[in-house]
Parts: sequence; C-alpha cells; structure tokens
Amino acid sequence: AFPKRVKVVEVGPRDGLQNEKNVVPTPVKINLINMLSETGLQVIEATSFVSPKWVPQMADHTEVMQGINKLPGISYPVLTPNLKGFQAAVAAGAKEVSIFGAASELFTKKNINCSIEESLERFDEVMTAARAASIPVRGYVSCVLGCPYEGKISAAKVAEVSKKMYSMGCYEISLGDTIGIGTPGSMKEMLTAVMKEVPVGALAVHCHDTYGQALANILVALQMGVSVVDASVAGLGGCPYAQGASGNVATEDLVYMLNGLGIHTGVDLQKLMDTGTFICNALNRRTNSKVSQASCRL
Amino acid sequence: MGTVPSALKHCLSYQHLLKEQLWIGEPAAPHAGQESQASGLPEYIKIVEVGPRDGLQNEKVIVPTDIKIELINRLSKTGLPAIEVTSFVSSKWVPQMADHKEVMRGIERHPGVQYPVLTPNLQGFHSAIAAGATEVSVFGAASESFSKMNINCSIEESIEKFEEVAKSARNMNIPVRGYVSCALGCPYEGNIIPAKVAEVSKRLYSMGCYEISLGDTIGVGTPGSMKRMLEAVMKEIPLSALAVHCHDTYGQALANILTAIQMGVAVVDSSVAGLGGCPYAKGATGNVATEDVIYMLNGLGINTGVNLCAVMEAGNFICAALNKKTSSKVAQASFNNGTIN
Repeated sequence: AFPKRVKVVEVGPRDGLQNEKNVVPTPVKINLINMLSETGLQVIEATSFVSPKWVPQMADHTEVMQGINKLPGISYPVLTPNLKGFQAAVAAGAKEVSIFGAASELFTKKNINCSIEESLERFDEVMTAARAASIPVRGYVSCVLGCPYEGKISAAKVAEVSKKMYSMGCYEISLGDTIGIGTPGSMKEMLTAVMKEVPVGALAVHCHDTYGQALANILVALQMGVSVVDASVAGLGGCPYAQGASGNVATEDLVYMLNGLGIHTGVDLQKLMDTGTFICNALNRRTNSKVSQASCRL
Repeated sequence: MGTVPSALKHCLSYQHLLKEQLWIGEPAAPHAGQESQASGLPEYIKIVEVGPRDGLQNEKVIVPTDIKIELINRLSKTGLPAIEVTSFVSSKWVPQMADHKEVMRGIERHPGVQYPVLTPNLQGFHSAIAAGATEVSVFGAASESFSKMNINCSIEESIEKFEEVAKSARNMNIPVRGYVSCALGCPYEGNIIPAKVAEVSKRLYSMGCYEISLGDTIGVGTPGSMKRMLEAVMKEIPLSALAVHCHDTYGQALANILTAIQMGVAVVDSSVAGLGGCPYAKGATGNVATEDVIYMLNGLGINTGVNLCAVMEAGNFICAALNKKTSSKVAQASFNNGTIN
C-alpha cells in the first residue's frame, strides 16, 4: 500500500541550478523561487552557503535568501557545510539548514577533502549551534546506491552513516542516488538496511535520473513506506560525473506519477510546468521533464 | 549534490562501474535468479524489440532499406529473442515501411530469434508469408475513436479482419501476436475503462493470438492505472500470455513496467535507443528505450538473455544513421566519452 500523502522537496533552485552550465542572475533565481512558492510545494531548497570559490553559481546566497518572498507554511532550507556557513545562513534569515554527508570515503575525500568521520565532526558543530537556535537540520547521504570513485557501496555503510546523522539530531535523512546508477533492486536492498536504523517517517529519497531509473526507484521507495521525495523542477541539474547526462528527476514527472497513484501532494502541476518553462527560457535550454515536453503543443 | 568535483578523470569509467555491479555485459549470473524469485518477480523476462517497426515507423527521417537490414542484423546478435521487423501495410499509409518485402527477404535469420511482422488484413498476411514471414501481429484497440481514426473501421469490424488472418495463420501454423492499443488512455476519447481493454484482449486471445501486448499508446498511464487495467485483463487472459508495451511520453514507462512485472507479467516490448516519437504530441518521446529496460531488469537480477552493450552499440548505429540523439538515458550516460569497450 502506498502512503496517502507525499511531501515533495523541491531542490531545483539549489541542486538544480548548481549543476547547470549557465549561471543564472540573482533576480531570476528569486523569481524562480517565488514562482515555486505559488505551486503548493511545501519545501523549496533555496541556496547554498558555501564559499563562492567552490560553487560560483551560489555566490549570491545572501541576496537570494534576503530577496525571496517567504510564504507562511513553506520551508526554505539552505545548505551549510560547516559552522561558518551556518552562521552566515542564519544571519541572512535562514530558518532551516541541510548538511551533506556521504556513504563513500573516496567521494567525501574528493568532494570536501576529508574523511566521513571528519565531516561528521564538522556537522556536529553545526548541529550544536542549530539546536541552540532552534533551527531544524536535514541530513543528506550521498552515493547511497553507488559512487563514481568507489563503485559499489554497501547498504550497511549507508545505514551506518544515516544512523549517525539521525542520532546527531537531523529530523530527516535524504538518501541520494548521486549518480543515478541505482535500480529498484538496489533501492530495496539499501532501504531495508537503513530502515533498521532510522524510522521510515524520517526518510526521504533523492533519486537522479541519469540512467532513467528514478521514477521506478521512487516507486519502490513509496511501496516500502517512504513518503518524502526530492525532485527538481524541469529536471534541472545535469550530472557532473557523466558529461551530457541528465541528473535530478523532474518534479513534474514525479507529481504526474503521484497524481496517477491518487497520492496527495498539494502541488499544482500546471503552475509547476509554467515555472519550469520560465527557468528553462532563462537558462536557454530545453526541459528535462517529459510531462512538460508532452504538454507543450508548439 | 554537494560541491562539483574538480576533475572528472578520477572517476571510475562507467564501463568499470557498471561491469562491476553486473548490470551490463553478460546476462545475469545464476545466483541472480534467486534474488528475483525471492522478491516475487519473474526469473526471466522476454524482451520484444519493436525498434525496426514501431520505432522507425514513427521517426521523421525515413531510413534506407540497407540500414534497416543492418540494424536488424545487429539486433539479432544481442540475444534479443524477438525482433519486430516491418509492417505489411500499404505504402500509401506507411511510407516508412514501403520496403517491407526487401527487408523481410534481406535480413539474416538467427536460430532462436522470432521475426514477427505486422499484418492488418488477409492481403497483408499473404504478402508477408510470400516474403518469408514466420510470425505475424495484428493491432486492435480498446477505443472506438482510435480504431476509426487509425484504420477507418470500428473495433468489431477490425476484429473480423483479424479473424480472417488468424484463421489462415492457424492453417499454416503461423503464430499470431495480438496488440491492444490505448490500453491506458486514448488521444481522442481520453479515459479508457479497464473492462473494455479486457474485452478486446479476450476477443484477440479467443481467436488464437498466443500473446496479447497491452499498449499504453500515448504513454499517459501511471502505476495506478496500469495496475487497475492489468487486474481486469488478468481475469480473462492467463498471465503468461500477457505483455506490456509502454510509451515513455510522460516519463512513466519504467515505473509502469515495474508495476506490471510485480504483478507477474513476463514479456516487455521496447525500442532500441527509444526510437519512435509520439505522433499525438509533437516533439514528445514515444517508445521506452530497450537499454533502459534491460538496465532495470539486470539490476533486479532478472534474466533477459540480452547483452546490454551490444544493444547500445546497435542504438548508436541507428542514431548515427538517423542523425539524432538517442532517447536512452543509459546510452546517454555511457557514451559521454566515445565508444564503449
């Protein structure tokens, strides 16, 4: 049996735009987020408080955070890799933050130049400060179904990292198939292991569609009781590990499937598609959403 | 997610990654069968490759005869058990398939591989047999409007034509596969009730079709509607005689196929490189890509007998000939840096 409701976490403005070739000006980012706020989405990941030296696309994080309309009932989490980023985020008005762990040592080393253990120590600092400020923290685990450097990732390792982050105080753990390599088989195996350590109500899946498997993987996760799914409007955000390949699953295609299953999301698909059209025009690119492609009778 | 890496070259190549995880290359090892059994999924799934017919028929560019033959010959070497070759329809209606006789006569016939062809009526059937066909397909629909617009007659009239084909086929020991279009929705009528799909399927099965392929012609279906439709059809047709033919126009194909195989369906139609757009939605995609289906099935430990790399190579060939990008995400992700080893 499927959950009756699914919370869709929109990551387009951050994960999406961060992985697009073209950098989008601040007013366009703000307009994108404002349009998304009108679609019924409850959570919109707004930006990333990372040094612009590493992520130039997110250099305007303070302006974006301060410039967007913050509608009541909608959460606008931001990425904070460390205490410094956390403090900058709170100063800019953030009310929720996210931290990014990984189930792969090599990925952690290449990505943030430290071991998994060291990264968790950094996050601990953020957790302490967040707790003091009553700021909820969402934890991400990358490479849950495979790693571009290590290859196969054991489900037990994913469970171990997830458990640590949950015990630290993250209210939700988003399990990311970073390179989209997973299939319903590996998704099931991984979730079975993680669900022994973290309650299913605190789990989310963040599937990439690089191999076209995202919706099938999400379907399996839903069948196992997961009720939070990350997605990116228009499928923004290619894969940095496979040139020319796609990345995030498109929010429109996800909502289409959930609608067909009779699962409540609160999201207006037409408004979502309109938002996708807007950002694709701004980025001068075609949408990655098949629902959008099929619906444009040009 | 997280920061972008500074150098791609440290990454394992995709070939390495995928081979390591047994998801491409050789068909699944013996232990994999147990994995799929434990999950209630079929151990083996027959893939019916429709690229050369359904795919090419719906491509803008018409492909010369020798290219079609080359494509089919390449597909014959991949382990695919069935390859839909062409359509014996009047070239006035389907110019892309005008060379049906030459294609039928020109292809290599590999032992153990079926080469069905479409035959809309008795005339087409005779022509197909004369050209050497040893299996045929007939195309019904669960929608009156679609039937009228597509083949200019009612469902009942079309069934009568198919019965003539089935009767001749029976006399000659030629197997007949039945298709039901618009199983999850119709471009003209919209919603299609599962009972209607079950009714048309039953008529085709009763006349002697050995298999019924249920087609989501415009790709509007979702796991919800797929389940309801299959539940109705399974009351009339044995599971082992059912196949699903999903279009990926709304990105739902793999999720729909997964739902079908969870219900025990063990035959799946697909098209190499996702050839064949949707004639009802300009610019939209159509058939689900064979590569993406096999990737999923390999990952589930389900045996197909098909070599994914070989299919990707055939896909690469036909896309170059058509001067278009592949619609297969697996191929897109794997071909980023030149050819596969």
